[in-house]
Amino acid sequence: MMTEILEPVSRTAPSQQAVLEVKDLDVDIRTPKGTVRVVSKVGFSARSGKTLALLGESGCGKSMTAKAIAGLLDPVASVAGGSAHLESHDLFSMTAKQRRSVAGEGLGIVFQDALAALNPVYTIGTQLGEAFRIHRGASKKQAKVEAIELMRRVGIPEPETRVNSYPHQFSGGMRQRILIAMAVALSPKLLIADEPTTALDVTVQAQIMQLLRSLRTEEQMAVVLITHDLAVVAEEADDVCVMYAGNVVEQGSVETVFNRPTHPYTKGLLSSVPADAHRGSSLTSIPGSPPELSKIPTGCVYQDRCPLASAICREQRPELRPTGPAQSAACHFAEQVSALDPQSEPVTGQDSER
Amino acid sequence: MSSVEQIPTTKTPQPSPESSGSQKRRNDGRVSMFTMLLRDRFATVAAVFLSLVVLTAIFGPTLMGEHATAQNLMFMNKAPFDPANGWIYILGSDSLGRSVLARIVVATQTTLLVAVPAVLVALIVGSLWGVWAGYHRGRREAISMRIADIIMSFPSLLLAVVVLFVFSPSAANIVLILAITRIPIYMRTARTESAELQSRTFVDAARTFGTKPNSIIVRHVIPVVTPTLLTLATLEFCFVMLAESSLSFLGIGIQPPDVSWGLLVAQGRQYLQTAWWLSILPGLAIVLTAVAANVLAAWMRIATDPAQRWRLELDRKSTKAFEKATRQAAKMHAKKGDNS
Amino acid sequence: MSIQTHNQSVDSVLDVQNLTKTFHVASGSSGTRELKALDGINLNVKRGETLGLVGESGCGKSTLARTLMMLEQPDGGTVRFDGQDPFALRGKQLRAWRRRVQMVFQDPFASLNARMTAGQIITEPFATHKDLYPTSAARKQRLDELLELVGLRTTDAQKSPQEFSGGQRQRIGIARALALGPDLIILDEPVSALDLSVQAQVLNLLNDLQQQLGVSYIFISHDLSVVRHVTDRVAVMYLGRIIETGSTQQVFDSPLHPYTASLMSASPKLDPALRPVNRIVLQGELPSPLDPPSGCRFRTRCWKAESICSVERPESRVREPDGKIVLGMPTLGPSAEQQIAECHFPVQSAAEAGLAVSA
Repeated sequence: MMTEILEPVSRTAPSQQAVLEVKDLDVDIRTPKGTVRVVSKVGFSARSGKTLALLGESGCGKSMTAKAIAGLLDPVASVAGGSAHLESHDLFSMTAKQRRSVAGEGLGIVFQDALAALNPVYTIGTQLGEAFRIHRGASKKQAKVEAIELMRRVGIPEPETRVNSYPHQFSGGMRQRILIAMAVALSPKLLIADEPTTALDVTVQAQIMQLLRSLRTEEQMAVVLITHDLAVVAEEADDVCVMYAGNVVEQGSVETVFNRPTHPYTKGLLSSVPADAHRGSSLTSIPGSPPELSKIPTGCVYQDRCPLASAICREQRPELRPTGPAQSAACHFAEQVSALDPQSEPVTGQDSER
Repeated sequence: MSSVEQIPTTKTPQPSPESSGSQKRRNDGRVSMFTMLLRDRFATVAAVFLSLVVLTAIFGPTLMGEHATAQNLMFMNKAPFDPANGWIYILGSDSLGRSVLARIVVATQTTLLVAVPAVLVALIVGSLWGVWAGYHRGRREAISMRIADIIMSFPSLLLAVVVLFVFSPSAANIVLILAITRIPIYMRTARTESAELQSRTFVDAARTFGTKPNSIIVRHVIPVVTPTLLTLATLEFCFVMLAESSLSFLGIGIQPPDVSWGLLVAQGRQYLQTAWWLSILPGLAIVLTAVAANVLAAWMRIATDPAQRWRLELDRKSTKAFEKATRQAAKMHAKKGDNS
Repeated sequence: MSIQTHNQSVDSVLDVQNLTKTFHVASGSSGTRELKALDGINLNVKRGETLGLVGESGCGKSTLARTLMMLEQPDGGTVRFDGQDPFALRGKQLRAWRRRVQMVFQDPFASLNARMTAGQIITEPFATHKDLYPTSAARKQRLDELLELVGLRTTDAQKSPQEFSGGQRQRIGIARALALGPDLIILDEPVSALDLSVQAQVLNLLNDLQQQLGVSYIFISHDLSVVRHVTDRVAVMYLGRIIETGSTQQVFDSPLHPYTASLMSASPKLDPALRPVNRIVLQGELPSPLDPPSGCRFRTRCWKAESICSVERPESRVREPDGKIVLGMPTLGPSAEQQIAECHFPVQSAAEAGLAVSA
């Protein structure tokens, strides 16, 4: 199987019920300088057999959102409001024990740094088999058989011998496959993938993405893909949530959002990608940088970098509202975004010579 | 001119001025070193204590020199903290009726005159050597580290005994011998840090403009390793004072009638059963001085690190509130786990 | 030093011939093994142009950059910078040469000393090159000039690196590289640590600086869309060797080497029209450079590999102006106006590799 024909994302299945439903999620981090809200009123839903992308730049709160859902927040961070339902389970009102029983069979997670996520002193077989021993009460022998089967499924060559190897004996791409194997071991309903290919090379990234896609289809999992890479979202995801400074600024199906963005940030991001722009031409860039989370302005979070910003943006934070079929954006001037000239300078920018 | 956007400079890690009312700040928004010192209660106490020790070392002998040597058989082996004996005997007296307070005060000067130079010499020589070896790696590093190993493996007390028997046990020789035997401690630490630093990108950057190794060491390596080595030096301060006392115990350290804290501990050891204060109180002086120096070094480490400094720039109230909230959160977390 | 290689043109800044660098890696109890990080690199950079260097991690592109910066000593081959061999220079001449080649590093956090202010960092090169700006007034003036050039404020000089965002820190790194007025800047993944919106700002800055100052760039990156945007020519590395060079457009639109084709095919694209018709997903991973495959080093992952590939090292093939692919010169390099690849069975057309044919 050297080449794989890129199948168009199937949109034939009727829209299934949401596996994960997140509403108005707030996450706070306490710092010596005071409490900082890093995720604010975030809501989305993930459907089985579909991929939802949480897209945003570093520090926009996308990973924090995933950690809150998975119950992996640091002690200094806490969920300050909102709800998250995995099918019928309310994830935030669970005890630790209930949560543990949901982990694995309900929810699997794949991290960016595969080496840090694996314990260096246990063999891969032991770590992969653990899930079966804990959740299914499998014997040591059974667990190993299951581990080998898993390794075969995620495309690790010679699983019978490699099952006794240690994490450091695998390459980066193989380690990422092992992490994916661990996450999908118990066929979870929901798979959270936090920047699963950021540390990998292009050719290996393509392999891992192909694996995730086929597992998703086989198992009919809902996948939440956390990434900063627009092209990956464009190729892999069905729905997208664009996050900025802890807020969802736009969401909808990838096709509509990317073809007709209705938030100036989404528009700015899309035009900063050096895709078909040619040598020598200037890229459209968003001036400035994202605000520090402790200094998020009142009003719209994007006002300092926005070409459409006006008085109302400084006073009132826009709420997400429908801006088209299967699309919503948090912008007072969403209707004007499509008319926005990608080269236009923001009113707050100091440089107007371009 | 250029088509470069000016970036609004919003990224300042200092707390905003309005959050912290009437603090003294320099015009660039940064808190002065003195204010930072006052913000850390432990560091303030340590600094005050060390200043007192230094003042005692300078003026002590002139103020209390007579009392330290005056024998008074009426006041033999008096227990400390008895106001009836008068303030001069507040810390008790020895078998010859000399005031322990006066002896500790007078010994301060000798102690510091031995310990401070010994620590400084070892610190400077060991650090520079270690930094140099670690920066260049290769053969220079290998040879240097073997030398360090040899010094370390040689019983330092034996070396001291031999040297001090051959030469006279003068203060200068004691300083020298204590310094030489402690050089490898600094060397090893300095080498490890320097070897790590020399592979950092900003050092590579300096190499690409043709900066000479010695300039790189001065500009990029030494400022980073200094706080660690200073902390080490304060711990060594304690060790050197005790090492000096062992030498005194063997009779080749500070020679009476001069006294040092170490010598006082050594002399008092035989009376430990009957007059505990004779060795415990000078010992306490050693420990307190070392602890104070250590606390101050720890503070300095944070104060000079640009990435850590903000901890000291916060006022105490907000730090406390944060710590309390974090503790509560951790408790809640633990409780939630227990309930299940 | 006056004899130049056959077709080095006058406007060439850097000319590298057959550069090799071997590391000795401790391996088990049996002593050391050889790791050929650079295995016969040929490369040239013209004045004012940008040469892209792409390849996966471990292919040797960082070693090449470090060797060109004289941070590593090569084992063999020649480096000519304006006809001069920098490795033969000593003392004052070497220091004068250092001014002409500078580097911008990948990590804008690790490459700046956190204990210095932005101004100290940017003017650090002047401490070594004292004759450039002898007075403190001249240094201050140059500092202000540099800050303005990279889009920072003159008041930013007093701040320490932690007070800047990633993009601004990279601007400081660029200002430092510009301080000595170099002819060539090696950019080692200069934007890969930056967020997309900031990345575009820095790429624009680099482009403006090149137009203003006429400086040449070697642009190392794994992000193909960035490389496509900023470079004039591209060299593709695989296991210590440059396996394909050519103009950016040629290499991206109709790659000759199957590895290049698979890179182009595998990189995700935002625009559906640019996506490959059939995506090539390479099997396996980069072989260990300690133990490279015999013959063609790509054969273990190549879909066109035949038995000859494991026996014989492929010779260069050149795409003629009329589109024909013929056996070319023995080495890749200087006259690389043409697209050259080292492969027994080069890819004939974009369609063969399943790439989208651009309009």
